[in-house]
Amino acid sequence: MSNFDLDTTAVRKLNQYLHQTPADKVVVDKPGGRHSIAVGLDASVDITINGHVGYYCGGMNKLATIRIHGNAGPGVAENMMSGTMDISGSASQYAGASAHGGTLIIRGDASSRCGISMKGVDIIVAGSVGHMSAFMAQTGNLVICGDAGDHLGDSLYEAVIYIRGSVGELGADCIEKEMTAEHVQKLAALLHTAGLDHVLTDFRRYGSARKLYHFDIDHADEY
Amino acid sequence: MCGIVGIYLKNKDIQSSLGTCLASMLVQMSDRGPDSAGVAIYRDPLTEDEIKLSLFAEGSMDWQALGLELEQCTGSEVLFEPRASHALFTVADNGFDVSTWIRANHPALRIMSAGKSIEIYKEKGPPGEFVSQFDLQQFSGSHALGHTRMATESAVTTEHSHPFSTGLDLCLVHNGSLSNHNHLRRKLRNCGVNIQTDNDSEVAAGYVMWRMREGDSLEQALERALGDLDGFYTLAVGTANGFAVLRDPIACKPAIMAETEDWVAMASEFRAIAQLEGVENARVWEPAPATVYAWGGQ
Repeated sequence: MSNFDLDTTAVRKLNQYLHQTPADKVVVDKPGGRHSIAVGLDASVDITINGHVGYYCGGMNKLATIRIHGNAGPGVAENMMSGTMDISGSASQYAGASAHGGTLIIRGDASSRCGISMKGVDIIVAGSVGHMSAFMAQTGNLVICGDAGDHLGDSLYEAVIYIRGSVGELGADCIEKEMTAEHVQKLAALLHTAGLDHVLTDFRRYGSARKLYHFDIDHADEY
Repeated sequence: MCGIVGIYLKNKDIQSSLGTCLASMLVQMSDRGPDSAGVAIYRDPLTEDEIKLSLFAEGSMDWQALGLELEQCTGSEVLFEPRASHALFTVADNGFDVSTWIRANHPALRIMSAGKSIEIYKEKGPPGEFVSQFDLQQFSGSHALGHTRMATESAVTTEHSHPFSTGLDLCLVHNGSLSNHNHLRRKLRNCGVNIQTDNDSEVAAGYVMWRMREGDSLEQALERALGDLDGFYTLAVGTANGFAVLRDPIACKPAIMAETEDWVAMASEFRAIAQLEGVENARVWEPAPATVYAWGGQ
């Protein structure tokens, strides 16, 4: 196990260590809201960060497990490819933006644009999400155990949204859809991954109505 | 991009630490705004017979001669305290309009702030240099706002730096950009609001002052700003007794707040707040879009 205190060690030094070490348990103390902690990882490292982090923590993560005991700043898990990120507190804007894979768990709230342009990640938010969440989300699942702000799922492609609480004004082309047995099963698995226990029938599913311009076969030649 | 910080000390016993808190928060926001820095400090409130003015002079200035002139005009003693390119003047508030007199007789001087407790100091250059030039750590007081600037829409000069004050004891710092500031500036000037530069944020400061002059409370003025200010903003507004925070409805400009038994703080990023004593036990949250947060009354 390795320990890093970011009051005395530069973030760059931590990241270089993480990039060069195939597997280790790493504990990071005093993150102090610093930017780009544990970004660009490509190994199954197990990282625990004790405190609040700034911009882009865990960005582009591949394989690693990153636990944050605190809040995360904007762009946490941005473009994550695989692995797991688990945030005990809340996440700022665009958590999990354009993430391709892996699991992002936010145990507090996520603010605006959570899962914007997500491309395969599973995001599970124990609290609520802000406005414009899942904007242009392409694939993957967004589970919201609390409420969603306005314009949820605007211009959605094939990502699936499960929500337990209230939804503000829906985004363009986002509609409520039937919870089939397959969806209930998927939701149960996602909640289980995060260790959350909710009544499955309290959730509703939202997805794309596929009515926007680019879904129309007559426009296929335009691209 | 810019950086904003604000701190309000709920515990009066720690007022001597205001300057060190503010300085460390400001320096943390250097990356967000390396071209200029500024602060508004609220301290040592005066009685109703006196008023203080923060003045700025480009180049050398004989502050003593100005003090003597003001003593003749007001018929009372004038105190002044030079601080880098600025000087803080304390003069009698006895009906003689010092601000108008200064503008007429010393047009090269800039009045950065006027009021019972506000003092504004700002300068172009890196925030770290600003902190030492103005000996920021030495200040005590009740609350303060700070700003680090990365200019996007108007020149890098001391006058274009934040905080902006357009009314007594009132000031504003802004991260973002306003798109209807030319229109609003014309409108506000027609209403008699004194706006000194072509900077968009100064218009927001003038707007809040105008609304409060028309009878709005600070919270009402900010609620109305949501309808009238077009653009991106995280704003912090300081008054004689406290400060308020507002983000536009889209809220793409970051903001974070924290509160303990001793203080309330806001900043563009948590790393500024991470400098404060007792932060481990603070309640930390992100202010919601289009929502007014205010501390300390008006």
